Amino acid sequence: MSGRLWGALSFAVAAIVSAGAAAQDVVRVGMIAEMSGPFAETGRQMVNGAKAYQKVFGETVGGRKVELIVRDSTGPAPEVAKRLAQELLVNDKVDFLAGFGLTPNALAVAPLATETKKPMIVMNAATSVITQKSPYIARVSFTLAQVAAPLGTWAAKNGIGKVYTLVADYGPGIDAETAFKKTFIAGGGEIVGEVRTPLRNVEFAPYLQRIKDARPQAVFIFLPVGEQPVAFMKGFAERELDKAGIRVIATGDVTEDGQLEAMGETPLGVVTTHHYSAAHDSAQNRTFLKAFADVAGPDFKPNFMAVGAWDGMAAIYEAIRRNGSGPIDGDRVLAALKGLKIDSPRGPIMIDPETRDVVQTVYVRRVQKRGGRIYNVEFEQIPNVKDPGK
Amino acid sequence: MASLLGVLFDGLAYGMLLFLMSVGLSVTLGLMNFVNLAHGAFAMLGGYVCVVLMQRWGVPFLGALLLAFFASAVAGVVLERLLYRHFYRRSHLDQVLLTIGLVFVAIAIATWLFGSQQQPLRLPPILSGQWTLVGVDLNVYRCFLLAVGAVLAFALTVVLERTRFGAAVRASVDDARVAEALGIRVSLVFQLTFAVGCGLAGLGGALGIEVLGLDPTFPLKYIVYFLLVVAVGGTGSLKGPLLAALLLGVADVAGKYYLPQVGAFILYAIMVLLLIARPQGLVARA
Amino acid sequence: MRSTFRWLEVAFWLVLVAGYVLWPGKLPLASQVLIAGLFALSYDLVLGYAGILSLGHAAYFGVGAYTAGLLAAHGWGEPISGLMVAGLVAALVGFVTSPLVVRGTDLTRLMITTGLGLLLFELANRLGTITGGVDGLQGVEMQPLLGALRFDIYGRTAYGYVLVVVFVLFLAARRLVRSPYGLSLRGIRANPGRMRAIGCRVDLHLAAIYTFAAAYAGVAGALLTQTTQFVGLDVLSFGRSAELLVMLIVGGAGLLYGGFIGAAVFMIAHHVLSSLDPVYWQFWLGVCLIAIVLVGRDGILGAGRRLLTLRRRRPVTVTAS
Repeated sequence: MSGRLWGALSFAVAAIVSAGAAAQDVVRVGMIAEMSGPFAETGRQMVNGAKAYQKVFGETVGGRKVELIVRDSTGPAPEVAKRLAQELLVNDKVDFLAGFGLTPNALAVAPLATETKKPMIVMNAATSVITQKSPYIARVSFTLAQVAAPLGTWAAKNGIGKVYTLVADYGPGIDAETAFKKTFIAGGGEIVGEVRTPLRNVEFAPYLQRIKDARPQAVFIFLPVGEQPVAFMKGFAERELDKAGIRVIATGDVTEDGQLEAMGETPLGVVTTHHYSAAHDSAQNRTFLKAFADVAGPDFKPNFMAVGAWDGMAAIYEAIRRNGSGPIDGDRVLAALKGLKIDSPRGPIMIDPETRDVVQTVYVRRVQKRGGRIYNVEFEQIPNVKDPGK
Repeated sequence: MASLLGVLFDGLAYGMLLFLMSVGLSVTLGLMNFVNLAHGAFAMLGGYVCVVLMQRWGVPFLGALLLAFFASAVAGVVLERLLYRHFYRRSHLDQVLLTIGLVFVAIAIATWLFGSQQQPLRLPPILSGQWTLVGVDLNVYRCFLLAVGAVLAFALTVVLERTRFGAAVRASVDDARVAEALGIRVSLVFQLTFAVGCGLAGLGGALGIEVLGLDPTFPLKYIVYFLLVVAVGGTGSLKGPLLAALLLGVADVAGKYYLPQVGAFILYAIMVLLLIARPQGLVARA
Repeated sequence: MRSTFRWLEVAFWLVLVAGYVLWPGKLPLASQVLIAGLFALSYDLVLGYAGILSLGHAAYFGVGAYTAGLLAAHGWGEPISGLMVAGLVAALVGFVTSPLVVRGTDLTRLMITTGLGLLLFELANRLGTITGGVDGLQGVEMQPLLGALRFDIYGRTAYGYVLVVVFVLFLAARRLVRSPYGLSLRGIRANPGRMRAIGCRVDLHLAAIYTFAAAYAGVAGALLTQTTQFVGLDVLSFGRSAELLVMLIVGGAGLLYGGFIGAAVFMIAHHVLSSLDPVYWQFWLGVCLIAIVLVGRDGILGAGRRLLTLRRRRPVTVTAS
């Protein structure tokens, strides 16, 4: 009996000692993501994207194991995000903060990154201002203005003279509207009407009627991912606005890859601008899609949020490599991240050395049927787009 | 003029959709006085049944609607036997807790079975598109909703006010003990009424996908809309909720069309105002 | 019985004080549990004592949170005065809205409170230039507490601050519910008609407790803002009101401590369950709720009390109307 106890004890001691030794060689990444609640999709995309990266490139880099610690922010809950960040920094002693699907969560944590000098990798939240809130923040995803502005230029250049804008009445919607209008008007276009719809709107009939009355050549929309874009596209087709000569142009969130399924054939022909499409033709994207399917199962389709996490992990791996064998140092990591180029599944991207925000190619895509499935097919690209919001 | 008629049509159709979404609740909450916050869960069940039948087994839309009704009704019977019947005499607070619990469970199960994405629904061609009548665009599916709603409202009113069963329901709700003494099998009446209420919820859910979408958060997302109609309309009848739904629908659509700047406030503001003016609802229980 | 309960009460607060050293790594969570507990206490006054079924109590929490946040963002970062102003503003909003809430049936009250909550949420979203909208209110910077104690990353200052504020407010509420006025509230909950008949001004009494509870909710919101140094639109959300109801019921309504117990169990369970499997936390939450209403209606505290009570007494039941 006592012999067995001793055995167990010595085993435990050995385990603790080896864990202590291993701690030197472990880099911890605290990932704060929305895993439950109405934004659970965002969190699941991100975590699976990050895991897919680790599956392909291994869990060790530069001789160190990269340990991913996932925490659930439960949705737009800045106080939860901040508390989780405090715990990750104080208890788990993480070297990186990562994740962040929603702007308020990222903004609430930003001061902690500054205070502890820990690098914070924003993998999705898309409001321009985030990277300005701490010198230790780098973003690998996109900003709304970054993808909305090129659409204005493209529309004005491609024979669309009169546009009606319809955006959801909240921060991101207003950002998209502002960015689009600026470049569109600069390109010689005219805004013939604009409307902001309630955040939780289900009834688009009156707005569609207003648009029809105004007879624009196109309507620019931005709506939160979920039932609203589906309802809008269905209403648009039902009311035969297309036959009245009106087109739909939007940022890519509206025809997000997973959501196209629910829209049926109604969005065919819609032109959007975004930084990633599942139909992007490259070896990196094929690797990504395969790894994601291996990790998350074939039924769970990845989208730009998963790519954001994948690239976030790529940035973290490269930063660890360049940090060298010493302890992870925030300033050294940020120096490594500034100007870092990543060969992403979406195409080449770079972290701007000045703003620490992502610089990337923005694609103009059209919703098309390809082999029975509906995709965003890229047909034009605008390289090296910076965030115009700064 | 044409735009005014168009707004009126859209408003009535939207109101009818609100009515269809909440008619089941008018039965369980309005008639049976059970604060059934899980109404949306039954509606969601109907929605998923409809989508799965159409997608996987190619059942036609109308058939899928009927089956959605029955699936939710059966679920209603089962849950009534297991849980609800123990709560008829409990306080409203207990009923709220039980049914909020059911909503959480339903959301988790739906996420597990179907994932968190929006479900697709393809309407048959005969129900899509639009007709144009004296310059007004009439959306075919909205006409269908108006027709279904009118037929349902009429049929339910007749059943409730003109049949023996309807009389038994009203008697059981008003005074279960006396009804029992009169030879009415109250427990069976309640069970059937509850099943009908849940079935109607399922039907409403299936009819609503086209406009409201369908994902696992459905029961929570629209909870306010369901309750709104019943609370504003008043409990105890179906006329109240119908009137309330049409009124709210027209007000919401007209508000969004003519005053888009205040679109988000209209529905809630009207609700609060009507409730303050008539705390018992538009058509109060006698 | 009475002495046991007193002793337990002292133990309860002593454990919280000792928590400063007992769970040093969990102070941020503990602070947020206390804040949620204070919010639930406020709701307990409305639901457990006055019997008003509300699903819009987050409105007052949010008003307090934004008041404290806006003050701090515009240079008034002194915490204690900010807290007081937030409580007063929330009380004012509570007072103005109370006439709408004290009348009608359960269902009407439920819908009016829900409607007011949603209207306020939309308003805060629409006033994005002032409140920051869905992106949240930025630039909330708190000055050190009492001019000396910085809000640190370990959450030590925050925990002490929250604990003291919550304790003081708790004492006041405890006095209130044990006063003759508190007893008249219980009378109203049990039978408003009879209370009216014996000359009690029911509506006035209900309006007073509603206003008082709104102030508490406002202070809770302000504490959250000050310790997080950020305000998100979610402080006004319907979900927060619904979770509040769940917390209070899990803990036990009408017992003052129920909110704290409920908040602790709810938030710790959420924390643990969602780190095991974040996606299905809702499932177990739902199952627990159903089990609680099936088995013991007066929550954890009620069950504990029944265990403690050797004499068979009528359990305190919670009825809303």
